[in-house]
Amino acid sequence: MDSAKTLPPAIYGVMAEFETPHALVKAAEQTYAAGYRRMDTFSPFPVEGAWEAIGHHDRRLSFLVLVGGLVGMMTGYGLQFWVHAITYPTNIAGKPLNSWPQFIPVTFELTILFAAITAVVSMIALNGLPMPYHPVFNVKRFAEHASRDRFFLLVEAVDPKFDKQQTTDFLKGLDAVEVNEVEP
Amino acid sequence: MINPRPADYQPAPLIEPGHTFGSITDKISAVVLSGRQPLSWVIVVSISFMLVGMLGMAITWLLIKGVGIWGINIPVGWGFAIVNFVWWIGIGHAGTLISAILLLLKQGWRTSINRFAEGMTIFAVMCAGIFPLIHTGRPWLAIYWLFPYPNSMSIWPQFRSPLIWDVFAVSTYFTVSLLFWYVGLIPDLATLRDKAKTLWVKRAYGMLSLGWRGSARHWQRYEHIYLLLAGLSTPLVLSVHTVVSFDFAIGIIPGWHATIFPPYFVAGAIYAGFAMVLTLAIPLRKIYGLEDFITMRHLENMGKVTLLTGLIVAYGYISEAFFGWYSANKYEGFMIWNRMTGPYWYIYWSLIFCNIISPQALWIRRVRTTTTGLFVVAMIVNVGMWLERFVIVITSLHRDFLPSSWGMYYPTKWDWMTFIGTIGLFIFLFFLFVRFLPMISIFEMRTMAPDARPKQAEGH
Repeated sequence: MDSAKTLPPAIYGVMAEFETPHALVKAAEQTYAAGYRRMDTFSPFPVEGAWEAIGHHDRRLSFLVLVGGLVGMMTGYGLQFWVHAITYPTNIAGKPLNSWPQFIPVTFELTILFAAITAVVSMIALNGLPMPYHPVFNVKRFAEHASRDRFFLLVEAVDPKFDKQQTTDFLKGLDAVEVNEVEP
Repeated sequence: MINPRPADYQPAPLIEPGHTFGSITDKISAVVLSGRQPLSWVIVVSISFMLVGMLGMAITWLLIKGVGIWGINIPVGWGFAIVNFVWWIGIGHAGTLISAILLLLKQGWRTSINRFAEGMTIFAVMCAGIFPLIHTGRPWLAIYWLFPYPNSMSIWPQFRSPLIWDVFAVSTYFTVSLLFWYVGLIPDLATLRDKAKTLWVKRAYGMLSLGWRGSARHWQRYEHIYLLLAGLSTPLVLSVHTVVSFDFAIGIIPGWHATIFPPYFVAGAIYAGFAMVLTLAIPLRKIYGLEDFITMRHLENMGKVTLLTGLIVAYGYISEAFFGWYSANKYEGFMIWNRMTGPYWYIYWSLIFCNIISPQALWIRRVRTTTTGLFVVAMIVNVGMWLERFVIVITSLHRDFLPSSWGMYYPTKWDWMTFIGTIGLFIFLFFLFVRFLPMISIFEMRTMAPDARPKQAEGH
């Protein structure tokens, strides 16, 4: 009982609400400039400049999709070569067993198929989805408006510069409509 | 100029003024969440469900009796099954064209029509897929020569055949279209989750949305792969109908063996697809009062794409006739002459009327900017594209190289029941989609709201 009284309840972070995408990007830039790093913004549509403002750009996706496409290409050609030149050779109209021009369509389709599946799976995986529970939804305003019409900025408690009172005051000074604590 | 543009001409806006992020969200999601559907929805779903029943009956009888219940015979061994397959696949092209190619071309007007055009694509490809599956009447025997898997007979598919290319092209197209559609839906499913009042509705949309929360890090990856998917889908959509045209062009039948086929099929597919998007969009915006989001500007632009692709298709017909004459090949010459004056002459000339003459009305702005005008032209084009597939398949086959093998093709009632049944299935699935998923992309529409970009002029 005593320890619960002396230790303040742990929180996940502090969240500020904004009315327009521009206010959000401006606030995110200022928060980043103030030295906060463990932060995130939330918006009901992709906001130009929001991820640059929090210092995020993930370039791994292009590479992953390229690899996926190449694997698909090799699978496609390899499958046909193996079937027609190795395991089940058949003479069709006197064509060579490895009649590569006729293997192009399937190779092409499998390249696209593997690349597209890689793209979607990597996006979902790198985003850490599916995520059945996330603390941000404990903020009532967030649960009601984040996917509708409002823009949110979150500073996480794990940020070294985080101090509940100071961070809350700082966010209030950024023209936030409302600032809320996020329960873990 | 047929249509001089007046000096004060202003195109209709992409979204009616006065909308905010909230009003866009509420209006589109209300169709799904209010739980009440207009009477016309109930009527359409009931009728189309009966047609689905008819389709089930026709397929069951086919599986019992075999393809003898259809009108096919030698020399016309490919009948309605392939005609309908190609027609449906063609319709399924507009969705990905709108989502992918118009996205890469930065056409802002695609936003309000891409979602249901993609849905339409998926349902059209499903309808198309039924025909290759059942066309032998014995689908359980078809698996080993369609799919490469180690079977007990140790035999493998023939990858040099365009029919196998077709299996890979269509199944890839279906999978990628479905992924593209689902990725586009994730943020909107999150909106529905947050707006839903009932617990189980919330949970269902919550699971489908994967817990999406609109984080900037997520959006960055999301936008990145959405662009990559668009880049991958663009060559894919062009390849699919090219491969379908190879089913014909690789053969040696006069009327099929033509190098014009791939581009001409792709143009025809886009043409048919846009006509079908118009056919669906015009009644939908009326039934659900979505005129604010699907404005006259969208309809007019789709009319223009229809006209353009219609002209490319017309070029295809003209070049076919020209090749028939210029090749000096007597089989080619006979084929085109037989199409125009043979036993199926009325189908050929109906096709010319539907696909070449009627869309010329779209040059007139009054036709392009009235829903009735556009709807009538789109319906005629839908019919015309089906006739085109009929002409290509049937008239090329029914006159064999030897007059002793000539014959005629008459579809039976089972052919018609299967065909009309797939139209019912298409409409049924489409209206279920309208009931359970947002038919317009909500999050993309929010970017069209004036608040999203106050510094720039509205639009794109």
